[in-house]
Amino acid sequence: MKKVKVYITLKESVLDPQGQAVMQSLHNMNYPDVQDVRIGKYIELQMEDGADIAQKVDAICDRLLANTVIENYRYEIEEEVRS
Amino acid sequence: MKTAVIVFPGSNCDQDMYYAIKDGLGEDVDYVWHAETSLDGYDAIMIPGGFSYGDYLRCGAIARFAGIMPAVIKAAEEGKPVLGVCNGFQILLEAGLLPGALLKNKNLKFICETVPLKTENNQTMFTSLYKEGEIIRIPIAHGEGNYYCDDETLAELKANHQIVFTYAGENPNGSRADIAGITNRNGNVLGMMPHPERAADAMLGNKDGLRLFQSILNHWRDSVHANCIS
Repeated sequence: MKKVKVYITLKESVLDPQGQAVMQSLHNMNYPDVQDVRIGKYIELQMEDGADIAQKVDAICDRLLANTVIENYRYEIEEEVRS
Repeated sequence: MKTAVIVFPGSNCDQDMYYAIKDGLGEDVDYVWHAETSLDGYDAIMIPGGFSYGDYLRCGAIARFAGIMPAVIKAAEEGKPVLGVCNGFQILLEAGLLPGALLKNKNLKFICETVPLKTENNQTMFTSLYKEGEIIRIPIAHGEGNYYCDDETLAELKANHQIVFTYAGENPNGSRADIAGITNRNGNVLGMMPHPERAADAMLGNKDGLRLFQSILNHWRDSVHANCIS
């Protein structure tokens, strides 16, 4: 069993209103050194291992987890420690 | 004309859509549950607003894989009118039937108000009863109606006259090029954030949306007539 950590972020070209609101709040809290805030999603999958696991994760991200019109994704595949 | 109103778990404008067609147009209409797999026998398909599957992951992302969606895509490919309003628009985008995506409103607020729209293209099966450039008033009610597409897509939308409605007043949500509704290239799939079905009865103070449904009906009558004489 593998743990797959998927990170989804808005593309650079897409305005992130949530990030902008959070940045404004940070500036109001006197952190003027924060230059930009981008908010994304983090998704964990537990998957059966297999030779084609990366291919499957790509398909899962492209088809459902990310909307590639507005989002980019990257992922890490980790060995799952069984309890 | 026989119309299907698709119902997803979380749809909440399905009854308004049904009412607009049944009572507004006086035409045949059925609710079709999302788990169905066929839309054979229907002349027009409506995907209503709401919060399908709780808007989990992204608006429309999960609905796009519902059992009924291959039939919706088939109907779209056959040239039947397919109208997606609000969450229905989001679903059509996720399904790839329309280009672009919808982001959170620029001001991060859920906006519920009647807004002026400009009819940018009245040469479609959805807008033939509006005048070109006509300003109509239609309610919006959404938190994620901020239309986004890249420069190339925007240029294509403009070149092919796919931008059907724009916000005529202040842009409420940050949409690119003030876009409120677009069609696919063939012009038979319309997605729009404003709710014409909520402006389809004089009793509710606004009938501007009814002509959109009447336009679809006229188009259907013309196509039936053309088939009869050919």
